[in-house]
Formats: sequence, C-alpha cells, structure tokens
Amino acid sequence: MKILCAVKRVVDYNVKIRVKTDQSGVETSNVKFSMNPFDEIAVEEAVRLKEAGTATEIVVVSVGPAQTQETLRTALAMGADRAILVQTDVATEPLAVAKVLKALVGKEAPGLVILGKQAIDDDCNQTGQMLAALLGWGQGTFASKVAPAGDAVAVTREIDGGLEVVSLKLPAVVTADLRLNEPRYASLPNIMKAKKKPLETVTPDALGVDVTPRLKTLKVAEPAKRQAGIKVPDVATLVDKLKNEARVI
Amino acid sequence: MANILVIADHDGASLKPATLNAVTAASKIGGDIHILVAGKGAQAAADAAAKVAGVAKGLLADDAAYEHQLPEDVAPLVVSTVKAGGYSHVLAGATSVGKNLLPRVAALLDVAAISDITAVVSADTFERPIYAGNAIATVQSADAVKVITVRTTAFETAASEGGSATVEAVSGAGAAGLSSFVSAELTKSERPELTAARVVVSGGRGMQSGENFPMLEALADKLGAAVGASRAAVDAGFVPNDYQVGQTGKIVAPELYIAVGISGAIQHLAGMKDSKVIVAINKDEEAPIFQVADYGLVADLFKAVPELTDKLG
Repeated sequence: MKILCAVKRVVDYNVKIRVKTDQSGVETSNVKFSMNPFDEIAVEEAVRLKEAGTATEIVVVSVGPAQTQETLRTALAMGADRAILVQTDVATEPLAVAKVLKALVGKEAPGLVILGKQAIDDDCNQTGQMLAALLGWGQGTFASKVAPAGDAVAVTREIDGGLEVVSLKLPAVVTADLRLNEPRYASLPNIMKAKKKPLETVTPDALGVDVTPRLKTLKVAEPAKRQAGIKVPDVATLVDKLKNEARVI
Repeated sequence: MANILVIADHDGASLKPATLNAVTAASKIGGDIHILVAGKGAQAAADAAAKVAGVAKGLLADDAAYEHQLPEDVAPLVVSTVKAGGYSHVLAGATSVGKNLLPRVAALLDVAAISDITAVVSADTFERPIYAGNAIATVQSADAVKVITVRTTAFETAASEGGSATVEAVSGAGAAGLSSFVSAELTKSERPELTAARVVVSGGRGMQSGENFPMLEALADKLGAAVGASRAAVDAGFVPNDYQVGQTGKIVAPELYIAVGISGAIQHLAGMKDSKVIVAINKDEEAPIFQVADYGLVADLFKAVPELTDKLG
C-alpha cells in the first residue's frame, strides 16, 4: 500500500510571533520555520507502517513557497521515499490544499492519506476532513492509533471525554493527534541521503486547481494583554488569596 | 433574512452544552435558528432542542445510520438539509464532533469553513484566534453558505428552557458505507478531563522526573483538578504527551491554573493564558511565567506543593 503524507511549513512552535503593525498579518520574515508538529507525527506514523511491512512507499507532499522544499527534505530524512512540492506563493486555505491533495491522490492512488490534525499557524483543523469529503472516503480524525488490516483500517480517535474506535474502508484519510507517536529525529546520514531522494515540483495550475482564498482577512490583531499580578511571600498567603480574593477555591 | 442551521451535539437524550453556546453565536448573526438533531432514538434530544430559547424549529433525523455521528453519514444529511432549507449559515460547537463534521460539510458544499470563532462581527465577518491565540484574525466570507464552528468558551450558553418550537422530521441518505463505529472508551477517572476542568494543575521540567508527578496528583485531587504538563516535561519523558498543555497540545481555559516548575515558554503560555486566575510556583523569580501569573510564589516546589496540599485539607 502506498501512503501519501501531507506536511506544512509553519513558523516554529518556539517562536513568539509578532503581529504586523499594519494589522495585515503575522511577521514571517526572518523567523524560524519548521515542519508543523502534527505533520511530523503523520510522517512518523507512515514510516512506522512501512517498517512494519504494511506500507510499500511513502510520498510526502506539501503546498507552499519554494522554501517548503526544506520541510519536504526533513520528511525524506525521516524515512519518506519521495516528495512532491506544489509550489505557490498564495497563502493557501484548507479547501484549496484539500483540492490539490485530491488531484495528487488521483495521480498517485495511495491506499491511505495521513495528515496532521491541524496546522499550528492557522489552527483550522479542516484539511483532512475536506480531503476525505472531496474523495468520498472515510475519515479517521484525531487519531491516536492506526491499525490497517486487510481492506480496512481501525482508527482510535481522541474525542471529548475519551477514545472512540472506528473502522474505515480503505482507501481512507487519517489525521494524527499528538498521542499517536513520538516522531524520530533525522540522523545526519539520513539527512545526507534525503538530499538524493526525488523531489518533484508542480504548480496548482498544472493540477487544475484554483487556490485563490475564499476568505478575506480584514485584519490580524494582538489579543488583549494579560497583566502580571503579585508575588506572594508564602503558601499560607497564596491559599488565603485564592480563597478570599480570587475566590477560585 | 435567511435561516441558520445549528447542528446539535447530543447523546440522544440531552443536548451537550456546546450546542447552547452555538445557539448564542447564531443569535448574534440574526435570522431564524433551526437545530438539527441527527441520531438514533433521539426524540428526547430533539424535544430538548425545541425548548432552547431563541430556537424557531427543531429538525430530527432519526436513523440507525446516525447513531454514532459518523461524519461520512451525517455530512450528506446536513448538506441535503441545507440545500432544501436554503440556510445561509451552518454552525456547531467546536467540540470533537463539530470539528470532525463541519469541514466535511463545507467541502461538500464547496465553501470555506471558519473554525473556532470567538466573536460575530456581522453576518459574514467573524473573529477567530490563530497561532494558538497569539493573534486574532477578522475574516470575511463571500461564500453563499457560511460553515462555522464556535469556540464554546467565547459565547454564553443559551437558556435551555423558554422556547416552544415544533420538531419536524427530516431524512437523509442514511449510511454511506464508508465507516463503522467499533467501540468507545470514555474516561472514568475521578479527575476531570483536561480541557473541561475547572482547575488545572500542571508540572514542568522543574518536576525533575515522572516519579514526582504523584505530588501534583495529590494536589489536584484536593482541588478536583485535572493534571497537565508543559512540553518540556513531556519531551523529558515525565508524562505521556496527552498531558501536554500548549500550542501543540491542549488549549485550556480553566478558572484556576496552577503552573508548577514551568518556566513559561511561549508554546506553553499559548495553551493556558486564557485561564481566569493563574498561579505560578517556581524557584526562578525571573521565569517568564511570572509575567502572566496573577499570584506568583518564588519557592522550591518540592516544599511548596506538599505544603499547599496540606493547607487545602
């Protein structure tokens, strides 16, 4: 079974983002970027399925500017076999990415598509669900366990209040939650090897997909600032303040 | 004015509170509010939906196919209901059910979805947090149908009594045959779930090892709190990663958040800064966590936490 994995290049999770003064967006020049953490988990899961003999090939895909090649190389260093960059400088929305992925699924015919459950920049949590809808496939979102067996896959999902197991007919779309696995670090030899793995670049136009945003961002503002409070000298004072001043215990 | 369809999150017998938050968000858009209850034997939930203040109509799709709210089966039902009813907006609470279902509905309608809105500016313009709440985006949709999930903590709950809407039956295509429910395992822990807890006690790298976490659990049990952790504590292997509060973990907004041995990295603050009251216990008085804490205690956590637990007894 071939696995298609989608990854996104996002501002690194450790960066304190700054809103641009003209409120047009978030400052992204001279900021560290890395692979979306949920996508690392998706790639790791695909690599594990290959190591277990379930998957035969892992194709990793990203939609973004030229620099997204680095993100794809990281995925190749983790164990993906080849990469496809759908290059565009447009800030793509989930629906556009889902349409691009659908076009690639049409070409590659994977048995399983694994994505992260959400990107830590737009926080949408939509792309996997949209892709499944466009393909008419089953979806296993917020997965903490993925167990393919025969022509189906059992997916354990994180839901409010616990876990749920669903069985999906293959091919299917799965989105990874944090608990699914602990992604490996790419070793230096693997990083070197990844440089020689194939990376194909295409455009959304070539795939016949219109990636024009549907939503107009009117402004991006900073949230209300939180003020520092007081320091208390000891535990007794803390308990007293929580009981009598904040009234939360 | 076009109508608004709210998708109920329910257990067959009653509505989940998130549905009431979604109704409040819908009332700020303006228009008749209809609630769709899809389930099996869900008459009671539909009756409850019809009683919610501000609701004009209840819709009940009663079919074994909808018992477990599988999106492969429910999404086509929502789409056919939207098309038949000419709805301009589809809303649901941003619960695990809503987040799973609505993007699928949006794609079938070929419209953008708007996740986790925190404010309604107008019928086509909404505010939503991005970058884990470190920025607030105002977005405008030109799509014919707006498909929206609602951050429940950002809207009051609508009154569950006071409405007198009628319940109409609707039907959909039933089971799509793409997926099936196998089992569910709901947490039976005495301790509340992290994202829903009124009080959260979290530990960071300062805990030094996983063996020290029972100290936090003792404190949590005294407070009826959930236990969380920073990414540093998870990366160090102290606790599993489903404990993680932060940008790449769970976002919490409890009434009281107690951060123990947590420096306050950006990635962690993003997950808890909307808490009502934040307490920090840390021996490093320069730790950034003190910049957001309402009450800070500069102390050795191995002394302060047991003492705090004792004093609460």
